[in-house]
Amino acid sequence: MNVRLYIWQRLTAALMVPLLLVHIAVIFYASRKGLSAADILARTRGSVSWALFYGVFVSAVAVHASIGLRTVLTEWTPLRGRTRDFAVIAFGLLLAVLGFRAVVAVVLP
Amino acid sequence: MAGTLEVSLWRGGADGRYVGYEVPMRDSQTVLDVVTWVQRNADATLSYRFACRVGMCGSCAMTVNGRPRWTCRTHVSKVASDGKLKVGPLENLPVIKDLAADMRPFFEKWQQAQGRFAPSKTRTDPIERISPDSPARLAANAAIECINCGVCYAACDTVRWNPDYLGPAALNRAWTLVNDVRDAANVERLTAVAADSGCHACHSHQSCQEHCPVALNPTASIAGLKRKTAQAYLRGEIKP
Ligand code: HEM
Ligand code: SF4
Ligand code: SF4
Ligand code: FES
Repeated sequence: MNVRLYIWQRLTAALMVPLLLVHIAVIFYASRKGLSAADILARTRGSVSWALFYGVFVSAVAVHASIGLRTVLTEWTPLRGRTRDFAVIAFGLLLAVLGFRAVVAVVLP
Repeated sequence: MAGTLEVSLWRGGADGRYVGYEVPMRDSQTVLDVVTWVQRNADATLSYRFACRVGMCGSCAMTVNGRPRWTCRTHVSKVASDGKLKVGPLENLPVIKDLAADMRPFFEKWQQAQGRFAPSKTRTDPIERISPDSPARLAANAAIECINCGVCYAACDTVRWNPDYLGPAALNRAWTLVNDVRDAANVERLTAVAADSGCHACHSHQSCQEHCPVALNPTASIAGLKRKTAQAYLRGEIKP
């Protein structure tokens, strides 16, 4: 990992800490209040704030996890250089696509 | 103290094996004494390295009962389990023969990390005055006493898993020079240690610090390099 990847990985990690706390708080709130799927969708559909919140979260995870996977591949497999980097970029894109699909599903009006 | 030690020593190159010897126990016996006894009394072809015998030169490091140690300052009574001692060459380095590891990759990485002083003055300039309690000098002093033994390098799992990783000793040396105000090569040095498999590959798990025989803390030096390189990169002083 070079200094640029290091900064991206630590920055996204720091970003995820507050996002994660809010995410968990929301899960607690929803189950405590006994919100149904319809109740939740009523709050998230059309909400720019929730779209931004989870959009940023998904982006951070995709960047953070693919840089992390690059380290794992370097240390635990013989993959090196461009083969490894293409593999982790593909993994990052897959995470982003899956994540954004889920975000879109709950925020589109 | 009377009795015998059951000693097994690595013999041969990478495809060698452990061979057993019986060595008389002595008071205050070091692991290096045991190895020397075998060479003088059992098999003169045994190869190993040492020089100072007092913990100064860093040439006697071996793997002793599974851990990297400086053998001249390691007492048998502290490390033998049930009178048994297993001694091999340092790990994470190629074996030359028997207990002698090939240190070349280790020292090549010191050069790669720019672990050498680059003077900024000539002998005709006045001597630079450095306050002993300036923060930079304190940081350099804390890391300066490295004896180049390679124990930390052999103890580091990241070196084991990523053979390109510069390793704790080279990075620790780079950190002392980053904190030397007389040095002229810090852009090159920070660029070298900020590259792939440089200081950012370290996982901070402190195996190096745990094993360093002179109680240095390469993990802390590497953390310093991570901060310094990140600042330099964000200010546009270095490029990855
Ligand atoms: C609040 C959340 C998170 C924080 C604070 C965090 C923090 C970190 C830090 C500091 C590292 C570097 C470890 C090292 O260099 O030894 C790391 C590595 C890594 N992270 Fe995260 N992380 C978080 C969430 C995630 C998530 C959600 C994923 C996966 C989807 C992930 C996957 C990884 C991977 C694969 C590594 C590489 C392992 C390694 O280098 O040892 N992390 N994380
Ligand atoms: S702290 Fe870093 S250098 Fe030290 S043993 Fe762990 S990975 Fe290696
Ligand atoms: S840092 Fe410690 S263990 Fe590593 S080479 Fe220097 S003296 Fe030996
Ligand atoms: S022989 Fe010099 S440090 Fe051990």
